[in-house]
Amino acid sequence: MSQLSHLEELEAEAIYIMREVAAECEKPVMLYSIGKDSSVMLHLALKAFYPEKPPFPFLHVDTTWKFREMIEFRDKMAKKYGLEMLVYTNEEGAKQGINPFDHGSAYTDIMKTQALKQALDKYQFTAAFGGGRRDEEKSRAKERIFSFRNSSHGWDPKNQRPEMWKLFNTKLFKGEEVRVFPLSNWTEKDIWQYIRQENIEIPSLYYAKERPVVYRDGNIIMVDDDRMRLEPGETPVMKKVRFRTLGCYPLTGGVESEADTLDAIIEETLSAVSSERTSRVIDNEAAGSMERRKREGYF
Amino acid sequence: MQSLLKFITCGSVDDGKSTLIGHMLYDAKLIFADQEKALELDSKVGSRNGQIDYSLLLDGLMAEREQGITIDVAYRYFTTERRSFIVADTPGHEEYTRNMAVGASFADLAVILVDASKGVLVQTKRHTRICSLMGIRHVVYAVNKMDLINYDKYDFQDIQRQIKQMVSEYNFETLHIIPVSATEGDNVTKPSNKMGWYKEGTLLEYLENIDVTDHSDETGFVMPVQRVSRPDHTFRGFQGQIEVGGISVGDEVVSLPSGEKSHVKSILRTNQEVTTAGKGEAVTIQLEDEIDVSRGCMLAKDVNLHCGKMFTSRLLWMDDSNLVAGKNYFLKIGTKMVPCVVMNIKYKVDVNEGNHVQTDRLYKNEIACCDISCADKIVYDEFAHHKELGGFILIDRVTNMTSACGIVEHSLRRDDNLTWHTMDITRDLRAQQKGQNPKTIWMTGLSGAGKSTLINEVEKRLFALGKHTMLLDGDNVRMGLNRNLGFKEQDRIENIRRVAEVAKLMNDAGLIVLTSFISPFASDRLRAREIIGGDNFIEIYVSTPLEECEKRDVKGLYKKARAGEIPNFSGISSPYEPPKDAEVEINTTGKTIEESVDYIMEQLESIL
Repeated sequence: MSQLSHLEELEAEAIYIMREVAAECEKPVMLYSIGKDSSVMLHLALKAFYPEKPPFPFLHVDTTWKFREMIEFRDKMAKKYGLEMLVYTNEEGAKQGINPFDHGSAYTDIMKTQALKQALDKYQFTAAFGGGRRDEEKSRAKERIFSFRNSSHGWDPKNQRPEMWKLFNTKLFKGEEVRVFPLSNWTEKDIWQYIRQENIEIPSLYYAKERPVVYRDGNIIMVDDDRMRLEPGETPVMKKVRFRTLGCYPLTGGVESEADTLDAIIEETLSAVSSERTSRVIDNEAAGSMERRKREGYF
Repeated sequence: MQSLLKFITCGSVDDGKSTLIGHMLYDAKLIFADQEKALELDSKVGSRNGQIDYSLLLDGLMAEREQGITIDVAYRYFTTERRSFIVADTPGHEEYTRNMAVGASFADLAVILVDASKGVLVQTKRHTRICSLMGIRHVVYAVNKMDLINYDKYDFQDIQRQIKQMVSEYNFETLHIIPVSATEGDNVTKPSNKMGWYKEGTLLEYLENIDVTDHSDETGFVMPVQRVSRPDHTFRGFQGQIEVGGISVGDEVVSLPSGEKSHVKSILRTNQEVTTAGKGEAVTIQLEDEIDVSRGCMLAKDVNLHCGKMFTSRLLWMDDSNLVAGKNYFLKIGTKMVPCVVMNIKYKVDVNEGNHVQTDRLYKNEIACCDISCADKIVYDEFAHHKELGGFILIDRVTNMTSACGIVEHSLRRDDNLTWHTMDITRDLRAQQKGQNPKTIWMTGLSGAGKSTLINEVEKRLFALGKHTMLLDGDNVRMGLNRNLGFKEQDRIENIRRVAEVAKLMNDAGLIVLTSFISPFASDRLRAREIIGGDNFIEIYVSTPLEECEKRDVKGLYKKARAGEIPNFSGISSPYEPPKDAEVEINTTGKTIEESVDYIMEQLESIL
């Protein structure tokens, strides 16, 4: 074993994976969802290929309901590093007015899962990097670093290719693709410590700040723009909150927090009493819901 | 800085692996509150009513929860005050052995569970063998379910003896045996008050303290090249992870297999310019001179590596389809991928006793000793010296499946003693003399598709054009050169190999070769294409459909096959895999011989 620290070992592993994909896969793309994991992925990609720019484009699937600040942050990063940033929206869905208030899980399917499939088909990507970690959820804990999808983008959990040592088999048939998760072995805590160590820029939504919010079904939802539908009796109040994950603002629960520095966030994370995906409303439906959605092509 | 320990749990099904890890996480308050809540909810609907079922914490896939077994590896992450851990919980069922091996290839240490009420089982032996094969040097046997044998000291000592006898054939660096109860929590994270006779601490304490650092002094330097980075004409850097030793600016390195030397001009550790870098680090190295380095090469200094095509290996077969000698695969070792052939199966290893067993095929989850021959020179080391330079995988060329993993035991010097002699009269000169372009025209298709008739007519036309040709017919070849081959799978593979080698020799002699074989398997045709050389291989697919061939049934073979008199008849009782990218395709249904041959000649005109 090496004398590398825990974080150095994880960093080297992720870089190795990124370079293997760049060398062996025909048309890679890095999915960029603007959150902290994406920020770490971008940072690693910049380091992995330096002084070259990352030799693949970035793809953001925009549901049109992201926090406004996320979009500003995305554009700022793309400009700062001269990235090829592809933005894809399911225009059909947007035209039909599919929204998180009226359409529930159909919204996630149409504007996220379907949109991602459409984007991958449109550009014919053969490998897509994602920031997924095995510590996030039980079915993720079983996923390989190289996770193969059939031509309809589905995952077959009972038939995963063996992954030995770091000898990745990247062979694909036409129409197949592989999702690659370089952060598989990172934990939420590792992510935060790495952000601190490397001084990685992340959207300020992660830091506690006074924000207009409503309390709904046990979640704290931010009123990010005037499309937010208030239910009878709801009035936005200013609360000091922060977000542990970033997504579509009407579906992303915040937490009341005083943590407005990285150290405070890490402190809070270490003593966390609920794992981060609780704040995503869709995961709670039933145990196994994540696996079901992944088989259908969700990232 | 905290160190990281990667370990696996393994052992037979129902020995309580998931429960042990679940309990460890639960006890140490290492699980998040909502997962704990989900666990309690799941437990209520699960089969083990009432009490918390710790294994539900780990068995993540729906099929696993329903069946109460673990199919695939689950990775869990936890940190104590002393150490960070990644634990891969692996499946116990024999059926899922390959997933257990995936976990083992990733770990530095194995916790192997043994059911105290059952003792050492076949699966315990199998997992021990695989742990050793995958390069794990530290093992802990957790003798579980001590509660079921009343925490009896003497029963434990009996199992301890069984274990020590079993591991005597392996070279593990450390061995530790500890009595536990995963459901009750004895000796997991807290010392047991029921086993006062055992004083060597808890499992967690042991894992927190064990040193798994490789203490062998590593001199020299090796880095397999992952990619060449050329952002502009001023920069040419070789990217990779240092697998052995370290490197400094100014050091002389050799590029293998070319053997060209140069000095290190600069080193980037990720994006930082440094003067020296060490094992495990991701670097980009620039050299002083423009020497031959590409992906799959190795940069090395002061090490003895093998550079050759043939070696003896130990394989774990992981594919549903069997291995027979002579089959060819892609081999991936380090960052190099090459076509290879498994030349023979010397013996397989009986999992139970370790005996060598003669065999002509290898089934899923079996371990065997095989010789492998690669199409190109590869650079490697014995696995026992350098895990990273001696482990490989085999990839099926048709299905893309990872069919096997293996380790290099030693190199075979045979190939080093043969030298390719270069002749003054070359293939090109011989071809020029004949005024033609020597190619092999490989005709494939079902029996009765019209191959023999067509190939015969095509040769007549070429002959009339003044071309020098030779026709190799399947049946004729089997009466002479291949008289000693039958129709078993390995014979069929050898049949095609010989025909391809002969065709290649004749091409070298300047001849245009025509062959007509059913050659139903894509992998065999691919092999022929590789031996003959892609540029010289013209595949003609006679795609006359089965119904039409069967209607014709010139030799009466389909009738016999339908009656079950001919086993493995292509198209009936054995598959025919149609070519996906044949150079020429012709369906003879409704065409005269004349029309069909005209069409083929038209297609060949531009190629020959």
